[in-house]
Amino acid sequence: MALDDFRNLYQELLIDHSRERHGFGLRENPSAESHQRNRSCGDELTLHVHVGDGVIDAVTWDGQGCSISQASASMLSDLAAGATAAQISDIVAAFRTMLHSRGKDEGSEELLGDAISLSGVSKYPPRVNCAMLAWVALEVALGQLPDWAPPQAQTDTGSRTIPSRSSR
Amino acid sequence: MPLDIERLRADFPVLSQEVNGVPLNYLDSGATSHKPLQVLDAERRFYETHNAAVHRGAHTLAGEATEAFESARDRVATFVGAKPNEIVWTSNATAALNLLAYSFSNASIGQGRAGTERFRLTKGDEIVVTELEHHANLIPWQELAARTGATLRYIGVDDDGRLRMDQAREVIGERTKILAFAHVSNVIGAINPVAELVARARAVGALVVLDACQSAPHMSLNFAALDVDFAVISGHKMLGPLGIGVLYGRGELLDAMPPFLTGGSMITSVTMEQAEYLPSPARFEAGTQPVAQAVGLAAAVDYLDGLGMDSVHERDAQLGQALARGLASIDGIRLLGPPPGEARVGLASFTVDGVHPHDVGQFLDELGIAVRVGHHCAEPLHRRLGVAASTRASASVYTTDAEVTALIDGVSQVREFFRAEGASAVQKQLFGGHAPSSP
Repeated sequence: MALDDFRNLYQELLIDHSRERHGFGLRENPSAESHQRNRSCGDELTLHVHVGDGVIDAVTWDGQGCSISQASASMLSDLAAGATAAQISDIVAAFRTMLHSRGKDEGSEELLGDAISLSGVSKYPPRVNCAMLAWVALEVALGQLPDWAPPQAQTDTGSRTIPSRSSR
Repeated sequence: MPLDIERLRADFPVLSQEVNGVPLNYLDSGATSHKPLQVLDAERRFYETHNAAVHRGAHTLAGEATEAFESARDRVATFVGAKPNEIVWTSNATAALNLLAYSFSNASIGQGRAGTERFRLTKGDEIVVTELEHHANLIPWQELAARTGATLRYIGVDDDGRLRMDQAREVIGERTKILAFAHVSNVIGAINPVAELVARARAVGALVVLDACQSAPHMSLNFAALDVDFAVISGHKMLGPLGIGVLYGRGELLDAMPPFLTGGSMITSVTMEQAEYLPSPARFEAGTQPVAQAVGLAAAVDYLDGLGMDSVHERDAQLGQALARGLASIDGIRLLGPPPGEARVGLASFTVDGVHPHDVGQFLDELGIAVRVGHHCAEPLHRRLGVAASTRASASVYTTDAEVTALIDGVSQVREFFRAEGASAVQKQLFGGHAPSSP
């Protein structure tokens, strides 16, 4: 049982993304940015979002962390590109529900794409914060933009917002 | 006499379990050690036969509880080379260090009677710590400096985490009022040169505070012989219960210091306007005390003395070298702190190139190996060594050679598993012959 959980935690796809890191490297002049720190381990992540014409153009990020946080940011970068406000809000909500399900919700591939490979994290509650880091950063960044703020941004993941160093 | 590890492990039932379907290899004793049956029994016996509030009440059980509590103090005092009135019970070592800092703080605002001058800090005074301190021996001094206007300075470390003694001679000077440092680093296991630092502090008239949390479980200690003014130890790291720590202080100093926590059991007389305080240690033990925990800690030092602290120390040094040697020999692993061959306690922290410590810890846990990951409450030291976090393996009297081997084996496989750059391209057959894959 435990071994299955472990294999399910570190799926090949997760390790692929942790090595490839899609969206890694900040693109300049973002529409909004957010810097998040994982209180349990001190890992930090900065995320830039570029929006235009009702859809997200790009999510880029920078930071060091465990394979779960890096893979999760990579997958989010893939998912967010091209998403509307309503779509990204649904995607983030589905991801959060999956991670907090303690293994009960395997996630919708249609909504979450590669990120369903993070479903195994939900059986390791201490690692949920790692997986949520980039996603919270995106929520916080979008919350600064008119028309993009999610209905009720939740930031109950153990990470905290550090005020943006520069407001653009 | 060498420790009979197999035999003594029978005293620690917690060790003979499986986690994740494999036998537990507990290598996190630096965070908290396990407790032998003798300690658990002592605590239980106290609750079963004596349980009462101490130092009050005229009934038989109250007398017995007081006797047990004070006998425990005598016992622990002997263990660390102190007199009983020099042993103050606290809830843990962090509380003991905060007690000191707040007592000095109270002295600095004029609380206490004659004799408190030497604890007073003001602008221009300096508190000196080191760059390798646990946060518990850093932040209370930062806060004390902020409250009093004193300046906090520190002795740096070199790339191997050795204290820069050249800096120590410069940093510890005429303005130094307090020198606080760890006997043994909780991250790199290095043993700091107490005698040299104490001599320097004595030369300038500074008070010396020793954090002995990571030395007390591993070596015989005599605070009087070490000539420190204050020292703290943590019960749960030395086979004792959770919830008990000790502040050691030279008797004449403790008696002169103003109290920190105030309330019941620490007074001689109280009016509606003011209170007079008992001498040490009672003046620092306000409120109901952790009596069963004190009794448990006394049982733990009985246990350690039964093994013989010389044998404990010898075995611990051996484990420290085995950990250091084994880890340093693995490609892509950076051992922090003293290189193999240099003195260290049975503790070693390391980083794995290209793999985050959380992933290392998760991977090892799957093999039944319990280690600590993160910055181990020593963020400045990690920053100095150029790493964000590390993985730490730490031993105790019950640690076997097989556990060290299991760790070295496990760590050898980590980089392959996470496909770290430069790791062997051949995927070893892990976990029963199957690489993890998508379901």
